[in-house]
Amino acid sequence: MDAAIIKELQITACKARISIIEGVHAAKAGHPGGSLSCVDIITYLYSKELNVDPKNPDMENRDRFVLSKGHAAPALYAVLAEKGFFDKSLIKTLRQIGSILQGHPDMKKIPGVDMSTGSLGQGISCAVGMALSSKHFGSGFNVYTVLGDGEIEEGQVWEAAMFAGNKNLSNLTAFVDYNNLQIDGTVEEVNSPAPIDKKFEAFGWHTIIIDGHDFNQIEAALKEAKTVDKPVCIIAKTVKGKGVSYMENAVNWHGAAPNDELAEQALKELNEQLKELEA
Amino acid sequence: MSEVKSVATRVGFGAALKELGHLRDDFIVMDADLAAATQTGAFKKEFPDRFYNCGIAEQNMVSIAAGIAATGKRVICSSFAMFAAGRAFEQIRNSVGYPHLNVIIGATHAGISVGEDGATHQCNEDIAIMRTIPGMTIINPADETEARLAVHAAMEHEGPVYMRFGRLAVPVVFGDDYKFEIGKGVELKEGNDVTIIATGLMVNEALIAHDLLKTEGINARVINMATIKPLDKEIVLKAAKETGAIVTAEEHSVIGGLGSAVSEALAEEYPVPVVKLGVNDEFGHSGPAVKLLDEFGLRAPNIVEKVKKAISLKK
Repeated sequence: MDAAIIKELQITACKARISIIEGVHAAKAGHPGGSLSCVDIITYLYSKELNVDPKNPDMENRDRFVLSKGHAAPALYAVLAEKGFFDKSLIKTLRQIGSILQGHPDMKKIPGVDMSTGSLGQGISCAVGMALSSKHFGSGFNVYTVLGDGEIEEGQVWEAAMFAGNKNLSNLTAFVDYNNLQIDGTVEEVNSPAPIDKKFEAFGWHTIIIDGHDFNQIEAALKEAKTVDKPVCIIAKTVKGKGVSYMENAVNWHGAAPNDELAEQALKELNEQLKELEA
Repeated sequence: MSEVKSVATRVGFGAALKELGHLRDDFIVMDADLAAATQTGAFKKEFPDRFYNCGIAEQNMVSIAAGIAATGKRVICSSFAMFAAGRAFEQIRNSVGYPHLNVIIGATHAGISVGEDGATHQCNEDIAIMRTIPGMTIINPADETEARLAVHAAMEHEGPVYMRFGRLAVPVVFGDDYKFEIGKGVELKEGNDVTIIATGLMVNEALIAHDLLKTEGINARVINMATIKPLDKEIVLKAAKETGAIVTAEEHSVIGGLGSAVSEALAEEYPVPVVKLGVNDEFGHSGPAVKLLDEFGLRAPNIVEKVKKAISLKK
């Protein structure tokens, strides 16, 4: 990928990270760690991959995106705001009474949100339903979803994987945000889903393992996905809390908001990163 | 008396799907490996390319249905009531109910009349749990005619619909001139001494009870309440005001079903005695359906008893 395009993506992702911190800090609640780990993937999808139109978010045959790990809503909202689906000033209303930005994505309230999610394991099935609908009715759109690595401990994920494999839903791409942490500890400590690639392959999927913060690798994986006549699972190795030093690989930032002081520190770090990128 | 035709309401469900298949092509039918039993198989046979089997994975099926509906298409997914409303409750609540999607859940083999399969398959709780989901419409047809008409109506409805069908063949009480409307109770028999509000297979029992009561000089009004949510409060309040006592009859737990819905409505607006007939907070067991209905007291003579109790409670 062209260096300028990569820089542009990095700038968008960095701005989105700032929004994640600002939103979660204002809400005094939310899930910053897993939002920061998957925000590069979501940034790439909305910048380069998805056939969507912020001015016409309900466009009939648009590509669909389902945030199966719905608690990473701050990442989705941040990217949707960057792309102009709604006004960026709303970010600081996250989780507040009267805000469209619910704690978890709400398709009825938020322009650009294709599916309401939050209860883990259901989003991938919904994405499977969308992919099936696209194929059945000849609508021609593709469907993308992002799962958490902890999320795939849910049995429903494997029901969905089995169905997608059996029905050969090649228009479906699922990312697993493999940051290796869930609320109660590392995924190995809690109930490891590894080897994730072997499991999806056993259900008839094509798998690709990438660095989930490397836009070149994200792009290459999505290109490869289009050449395969199977559903594709992109296992994205990521860092939970990526971009904020004290949140990186720290399980305690799964579902906690930074206080004023720590929020300031995080924003300072991210603004420095942004300045560097924009230099 | 001429022979009354008996057909299971699930057969009406399957017949309606087939009819709809000829009328429109903007929908998909799904099942979870029970197509022959639920009668989605009738649709599958005629339209194999428009039918998807999810295998034995009801939670996945319901969320897939939500995904299909989220793309603007219609979808009917079917399983036994136990595994649809029970096992997939949270999927129905979060994937379907919360975004208020056009998903029809065709739940068959509801109630004690499943028969021989026994308690694990006899779902007497589905109306109760489905009622708690905001925006959910619940329809429990009385016979094959109503089942068929209700499926057609549900396909025109905006929002999720939980449809409850039975395994057992039950008398067809409605003719071809019967009109069905979601949310409307129907007065089947006039009467001013008491009102029997029945749903599902208890509607036929209520009609028999009406005749039994007449021989004792009691004029019972009979209302068919196919739509349990939203409840037709108007017809319930009118009955309370004009007859002063209500008996509800349902093949469902007395907790949370039609009896509860009617009681709740009246308690807040026009309290009169409400005596509930249903399954009394207990599990069923194996046996022929018709014998279970006798044993669990879901028959016309049981309604008659409840009617007398309701009248005795009138002020």
